[in-house]
Amino acid sequence: MSSRIVYYKSVFDVSKEELLAPGHGLCGGCTAGTIARLLLKVAGPNTIIVNPTGCLEVSTTTFPYTSWRVPYIHVAFENAAAVASGIEAAIKVLQRKNVIDPNKRINIIAIGGDGGTADIGFQALSGMLERGHKVMYVLYDNEAYMNTGIQRSGTTPLLAWTTTTPVGKVLKGKIQIKKPIAEIVAAHKVPYVATANPAHFLDMMNKFRRGLEVEGPSFIHVIQPCTTGWRFDPRIGIKLARLATETAMWINWELDHGEFRVTVTVPKRKHVKHYIRAQGRFNHLTDDDIEIIQKYVDKEVERINKLVGKEVIGPVVE
Amino acid sequence: MSNKRLLGWKSIPLGGSIVEPGNSVQRPTGDWRVFKPIINQDKCVRCLLCWIYCPEPSIYIIDRPYKTSTGREWKFSVEVDYNFCKGCGICVEECPVKAIDFVEEVR
Amino acid sequence: MRDANEMWRRIPLNSNYAAAYGAKDSDVDVVAAYPITPQTPVVERIADFIANGELNAEMIHVESEHSAMSACIGAASAGARTFTATSAQGLELMHELLHIASGLRLPIVMTIASRALSAPLSIWGDYSDVINVRDTSWIILIASSAQEVYDSVIQAYKIAEDPDVLLPVMVAYDGFMMSHTYEPVYVANNSEIFKDYIPKKRSWTVLDIEKPITMGAVANPDWYYEFKYQQVVAMEKSYDAIKNADKEFGKRYGRSYGVIESYNLDGGKIGVLTYGGLFGTVMEAIDYMNKEGIKVTGIRLRLFRPFPSNDIKEFLKDLKTLIVIDRAISFGAPIEGPIAMEISALAYRESIDIPIYSYIASVGQRTTTEEDIIGIVKDAISLFERGKRVTKSIYWGVRQ
Repeated sequence: MSSRIVYYKSVFDVSKEELLAPGHGLCGGCTAGTIARLLLKVAGPNTIIVNPTGCLEVSTTTFPYTSWRVPYIHVAFENAAAVASGIEAAIKVLQRKNVIDPNKRINIIAIGGDGGTADIGFQALSGMLERGHKVMYVLYDNEAYMNTGIQRSGTTPLLAWTTTTPVGKVLKGKIQIKKPIAEIVAAHKVPYVATANPAHFLDMMNKFRRGLEVEGPSFIHVIQPCTTGWRFDPRIGIKLARLATETAMWINWELDHGEFRVTVTVPKRKHVKHYIRAQGRFNHLTDDDIEIIQKYVDKEVERINKLVGKEVIGPVVE
Repeated sequence: MSNKRLLGWKSIPLGGSIVEPGNSVQRPTGDWRVFKPIINQDKCVRCLLCWIYCPEPSIYIIDRPYKTSTGREWKFSVEVDYNFCKGCGICVEECPVKAIDFVEEVR
Repeated sequence: MRDANEMWRRIPLNSNYAAAYGAKDSDVDVVAAYPITPQTPVVERIADFIANGELNAEMIHVESEHSAMSACIGAASAGARTFTATSAQGLELMHELLHIASGLRLPIVMTIASRALSAPLSIWGDYSDVINVRDTSWIILIASSAQEVYDSVIQAYKIAEDPDVLLPVMVAYDGFMMSHTYEPVYVANNSEIFKDYIPKKRSWTVLDIEKPITMGAVANPDWYYEFKYQQVVAMEKSYDAIKNADKEFGKRYGRSYGVIESYNLDGGKIGVLTYGGLFGTVMEAIDYMNKEGIKVTGIRLRLFRPFPSNDIKEFLKDLKTLIVIDRAISFGAPIEGPIAMEISALAYRESIDIPIYSYIASVGQRTTTEEDIIGIVKDAISLFERGKRVTKSIYWGVRQ
């Protein structure tokens, strides 16, 4: 296994340029703001952002104000990948025809939520991946249709409360498991797929950079704790993201040209109850429910360790 | 919640385009706050984590040298922009040396 | 087959291929299209052009029509000249994006091989798909010959990219009856002849690294209305732009069509109006009726949106009655023939009180011959002579 080139080694490697302006309407403590901001620091000003309808879009682009300091387009909910494909093709041909400076490297990034990516946007995403456009797709996953008021999505985890999977006498939360969207993208055999966590921001930014480097489509699936939808005090947004990785409910991996690595190892794991009990959307879970989830996580950890060939995620110690 | 004058169809760009990049800075969000983070410049070790995690961003690295009460000299400081800080508290929670106080704001 | 004229060569093309040639000779940059009967030859021929190096463009083989229009919007917003083509179900699938393309003021050109809408499934031609998108703020031209398709695609770029217009343009033609029927078409020997007619200026709002803009913002109730009004004004201005583009095309290249076409103008006071390839059948019927002593004037509607009110109005003033043959149904409308309804509204607006008879024919490509047209005209004349106004559309040939 070749070693990866790590560009961001400390916080001092991070660009000071702010390409996302404050004054947007994201909820106070919305980690999507953190993710978008850090993404733009990696991408730089030569970037075109394609954003489907969602929390990020409506909060940052309400006429006459915009928070974006790079060219940005919103078209519809389900077509960010298709729009990005069109932009990529246009830039390619316009550079070939010398209308745009052919030496200029322009990043094309589609950043969308779980609804616009894994559900309604899935077809366009799959098409873009299959066609091999040089576009990086960043999925900020807050695990529900948050913009329209916390309805369940394909990436809502098992047993989570949402307004369409409410907790009642007969049904208690979502009955399906979380759609493994990053693995589905990986099955398209694209050059680079990764999962990331804003709490591990250096790892996340290295992955953004790698995604922008590869010749072909790349996909970065980022967990985005949502204070409004997951029901927690906004101040623990990043702490909760960190807990997700510490309990192995969120594993940070990358698949780089067929090589699989876990990039944030967890030698001593925490019990999932630390993560689950911190969120109001799991209030109704009994200790038995939590054990079911723990067993599921244990199986996943075993599978990942086997894939890597060594124990990158250790046993539960607290 | 628009501070801009309501212009007619002849004066606005076609199709809902916004031509001033980053002009959301004209729309302060500081009045969203209930609690206010206050960075203690003496305790602050300039690790820059609060600046990294702030979602707005409303924490800036500024070119202001600072000498702490114990004689430590810093070439720059980190400060909160209260025009935009929404009082989420992420900076308070993430500060490794607990240099940020989180006080209820009385207006 | 070489014609003596240096500019053109005369080759047999069906309307689908004519559309593809139109796109090639307009030097489009990006084509994003999904195949659907009866439009597939358009996509295939463009792929041929690109594979042979005859067209320097990127073709995006999208996975649906929704993505086709999305990719066109993306490409146009980056400043590329874009082209797509579709029919019926494809047009419906991209419906929300039609509004977005015109709302974002992007000069996309699309050809439609008009086909009947499902259900039940029909691959055959009628105009229900085009009629259904009349409110999407696209400029809509309906051609009646393959030559006109070729010329209209080139004219479409001139209209769309006009800085006073900046609205997307649709060029429609009959599915199968035109899309698959070969006709002799003059195509340019060298597309350079169009370079001055449709120069590439990238003059609309584009995503540019040097001047970062945000496109597609949210417009709350304080703002949305004014953006829509901009489109209203653009539609109004496009009327002149369309006429001028056609006139200039005529001056430079020797062919022009106007916004409506008339036939047998001294045909007297009975008018028959239709659109698309069916007009050819109407012209044959008019010639036949002339021999029988029945004088009829034929009018073909070429421009559908914006509706050529001024031109139609002039015709209505000279007629005693107008028979409108529609190839689409506006279910439950006060007049179910959609063009008949628009002309009736126009007549009312202009205080022109003549009977307008609405006939529906050739739905789902039900065969409509000269005999049918003659039958329709004679039926309408008999109603007219008895002083009868009909309050409902007449469905010609439907089996009870």
